[in-house]
Amino acid sequence: MMNYLSLHSEPLRLVLFLAGLMAFVGLNAAYLVWVERKGAGRFQRRPGPTEAGPAGLLQPIADALKLLSKQLIVPDGVDRTLFRVAPLLMMSPAMISLAVIPWGQSLAARNINLGLLMIFAFGSINVMAIMLGGWSSRNKYAIISAARVVSQNVAYEIPVLLVVITTILVTGTMNLNEIVANQAGPFWKWYIFRWDLNPLAPVTFLIFYICMLAETNRAPFDMAEAESELVAGAYTEYSGMGFGVFFMAEYANILLGCSLATVLFLGGWQSPIGILPGVFWFLIKLYFLVFSVIWVRWTFPRTQFYGLLNLSWKILIPVSLFTLILSSALVKL
Amino acid sequence: MKKAFLEIYNGLKSLFIGLKITLGQFFRPTVTVRYPYQTLKIPPRFRGHIELVRDPATGKPKCYVCKLCEKACPSDCITLDGVKPEGAKRKTVTTYRLDFTKCSLCGSCVEACRDGAIRFSRDYNLASTNKEEFVMDLFQRLESEGFQAEPTPPAPIAAAAPAASQPPAAPAPAVMPEQIKVEQEAVK
Repeated sequence: MMNYLSLHSEPLRLVLFLAGLMAFVGLNAAYLVWVERKGAGRFQRRPGPTEAGPAGLLQPIADALKLLSKQLIVPDGVDRTLFRVAPLLMMSPAMISLAVIPWGQSLAARNINLGLLMIFAFGSINVMAIMLGGWSSRNKYAIISAARVVSQNVAYEIPVLLVVITTILVTGTMNLNEIVANQAGPFWKWYIFRWDLNPLAPVTFLIFYICMLAETNRAPFDMAEAESELVAGAYTEYSGMGFGVFFMAEYANILLGCSLATVLFLGGWQSPIGILPGVFWFLIKLYFLVFSVIWVRWTFPRTQFYGLLNLSWKILIPVSLFTLILSSALVKL
Repeated sequence: MKKAFLEIYNGLKSLFIGLKITLGQFFRPTVTVRYPYQTLKIPPRFRGHIELVRDPATGKPKCYVCKLCEKACPSDCITLDGVKPEGAKRKTVTTYRLDFTKCSLCGSCVEACRDGAIRFSRDYNLASTNKEEFVMDLFQRLESEGFQAEPTPPAPIAAAAPAASQPPAAPAPAVMPEQIKVEQEAVK
């Protein structure tokens, strides 16, 4: 079942996957910015970027060149090491986590039994990276932003983990390849539609999605970089590629969150009609979710901070606890 | 308890309604006027900086240097001078200096002018990186335009009518300006 790419040399295979994942993340981070700007434009009935290349397709390259050519300013009195490490610390967990995502039937860099646990273990580093970036910047806006990120992520880590535990109860495994393999068949076999195993499955998916938005600090939960209040939040003091890496990491995290949602709830590489499963189904589902993230961003205004915490503590956590109890009761029956 | 659930349900529903509305906008045509390539029709009573009006009969400026505009200007941005040619009844203008950096486009000068010798131009492509470019000599500007034997309507307000439109002076768009109509519709 788990036959990988038919390259027998293990180191070569890993190097190829590493290069492939880095290219995938880099390309996506660049072109999701383009998609985001085009999407934002269309939602507001503007054309979006048009000048650089046909339909503005060279815009990400122009942006990257601009960011690369900028001076990397390290402000006076900051903790230089932490200041420099923070962007990388935000980027690398997303890249590492992508290693366990099963892209296709036999396409995953690593097929480990605790894949899901690994993603959440590395996912928490992400918060620490923003916190370190904000803290080491020696800037009041950055520190406020860091504090917000911490409380926001503590609040949203709980419902997301409860939801994931519910899914693990249903699937009985933390191996992402097996989770996808269990959803084989037409779309009603996907965990989002498995009422028989978890009567509140769509709600579970919704909670996961909301938490994913909050954990990646996307609008309407982008309290960490609320431009109107905090300049650029934790990224305020970063220039050039320091900011560029943070920016790319944001998109890498969105990509990771959407991949995970696809794997856990939308059947990964399984086809919705039961025939012809493959990588392209994964990508279609992934990009549909990515589009919906952009769609949500340009639809809803930013929530207030207490609204954000209220949503988590008063609604998401009780509901996800309820689904957990319900599905564990069903498992016992 | 019931109220709390109802609140969650209604809140969630309103979010989906919002998503539906924005998706509807997503698939509708864009309304952007891509400025350097496309321009909007200038309203007939557009008030740009002032310019001298030509006498349709002679092709010379109508202005006879009464300096009422200079006096009317609240920000002292008009300086003009003229000479009285041999045998002529009135002076003719030789320099009409407009310091557009000071001008607030109040239009007092146009109101003060008794003979409709100045009017608002329809030129809005006025961006420049050089401050000196905004101190312009309107007489030289008129001379450089060249005289077309086209009768210009006299009165100031009528003068700004679309019939009096002139070739765009400052950076003219490379592509022919294309008049596009902006849909006026209320968002439901």
